[in-house]
Amino acid sequence: MTDIYGPVTDWQNDFDHAVPEYNERAHEIWAEFQSSGCPVAHSDRYGGLWAPFTHEMVHEIAYDTDHFTSQGVVVNTGRPLIDAPVGPAPPITSDPPFHNIARRLLLPPFSPKVIAAWEPEVRRLCRELLDRMGEITPGESVVDAAMQYAQSIPVNVIARMLGFPTEDEELFRGFVHDVLERINEPVEARMEFMQRLDDYLTVQIEEHRENPRDDLTSYLLGVEIEGQKLSIEHVRGSIVLLLVAGIDTTWSAIGSSIWHLGTHPDDLRRLVEEPDVMLFALEEFLRAYAPVTMARLVKDDHDFHGCPMKANDWVLLPFPAANRDPAQFDRATEFVIDRQENRHGAFGLGIHRCLGSNLARLELKVAVEEFVARFPSFAVDGDVTWSVGQIRGPRRLPVRIDSVA
Amino acid sequence: MRVTVDSEKCQGHNRCFALAPELFDVDDYGTAVVIGDGSVPADLEEKARLAVANCPEFAIEIEE
Ligand code: HEM
Ligand code: SF4
Repeated sequence: MTDIYGPVTDWQNDFDHAVPEYNERAHEIWAEFQSSGCPVAHSDRYGGLWAPFTHEMVHEIAYDTDHFTSQGVVVNTGRPLIDAPVGPAPPITSDPPFHNIARRLLLPPFSPKVIAAWEPEVRRLCRELLDRMGEITPGESVVDAAMQYAQSIPVNVIARMLGFPTEDEELFRGFVHDVLERINEPVEARMEFMQRLDDYLTVQIEEHRENPRDDLTSYLLGVEIEGQKLSIEHVRGSIVLLLVAGIDTTWSAIGSSIWHLGTHPDDLRRLVEEPDVMLFALEEFLRAYAPVTMARLVKDDHDFHGCPMKANDWVLLPFPAANRDPAQFDRATEFVIDRQENRHGAFGLGIHRCLGSNLARLELKVAVEEFVARFPSFAVDGDVTWSVGQIRGPRRLPVRIDSVA
Repeated sequence: MRVTVDSEKCQGHNRCFALAPELFDVDDYGTAVVIGDGSVPADLEEKARLAVANCPEFAIEIEE
């Protein structure tokens, strides 16, 4: 859904987050809204769209499941066909009370202690990717930190958690890439991409049914909702949700963090000299460069602080903008590498708190640690391309390597 | 000093356990609980305040 309505000239009344300019200039645009008299944008695009930019309003909507439904979380010109409270992809598209049933099912394999055990494997993977960059000539070699590094981490980690054959990694990454990235292809092509991924998952799930083992796919085949095992469609749907929710998001967070370090040499030096600052730096990367904006649909006509919202209008939840609101954070627009007070909402607020947040944090932490351990000095050098739409992060990130450890 | 976690507000962001594992634990669903009766030894008071300052859901409270 990129750029279907053309460029925006009036951000207040003809707002569109899916024009390329938005993610490129996001920080400026949010600051303008936060300091203007009206922090809520509106637009007739997508059949009606609102976007509030203060932390207070984003927080209020995320908590208000009476007036706003999660049935649709990605803004588009249509409206979801499957009704609340279940929605097309539980639990992210579910409302209470069903939401909690679907969510509890997925929480245990993503709990802090289960995820912590994955650290050595994630580290090994990051080192492998750095090795694969080949011979580096300091001061000359330019690598694409988005394409050659950040992009490969989440997809390979989830494939390993799901217990898919490692020799399929390339194949699997291709399927996922087609579904997530080639969003501007014709509908028939997109259906074919989805079908290929579905077919692959079906084979893997069947194989796990015959040979259960200790991995996420077997876990999903074993759990029960009210005494019933999940159908194969439900297991496949859950895996697709984890791919859709976990890959572009984490890729973007890793890329933005490397972008920051490649444009702020003081912060890079501090992290290299004082690796323990990562405990706080990790959260500051997430606050300052939160990659995920979600959406809700308005349930019934609703007056929101004077905004006449209509049933079925979209409302964006720009957590990244809320994270930079001066009313909530000291020095909100600055990157403070050891920020002590940091109640950021990068993983959402309220009942839909990112289920994968422990995994995402682990991947982001290890990816940045390993990158700076190998390349203690580097700088962004060349044209950076930013993603378009609700997930914000660099898609091309040329980085010149200035030293190799 | 004592810390408490409001389990209705806690959404399992896991910030408290990451910053002060001496004071907080998390269950299989990621929900936080205080260790023991939540009393905070003097040398951990700083960590307790850090946990409060980093809980996005305002779920942790301190009683002095
Ligand atoms: C830095 C990376 C990530 C960020 C910033 C992020 C952000 C978010 C946000 C903001 C939400 C809230 C959705 C809402 O309020 O509607 C969410 C939900 C979710 N995320 Fe993440 N996410 C990340 C990585 C992951 C990973 C790695 C996974 C899993 C492998 C994942 C799985 C999920 C799921 C399943 C939900 C739905 C939870 C629910 O509705 O109860 N995410 N994420
Ligand atoms: S930081 Fe807050 S929300 Fe997160 S686990 Fe601790 S108490 Fe719960």
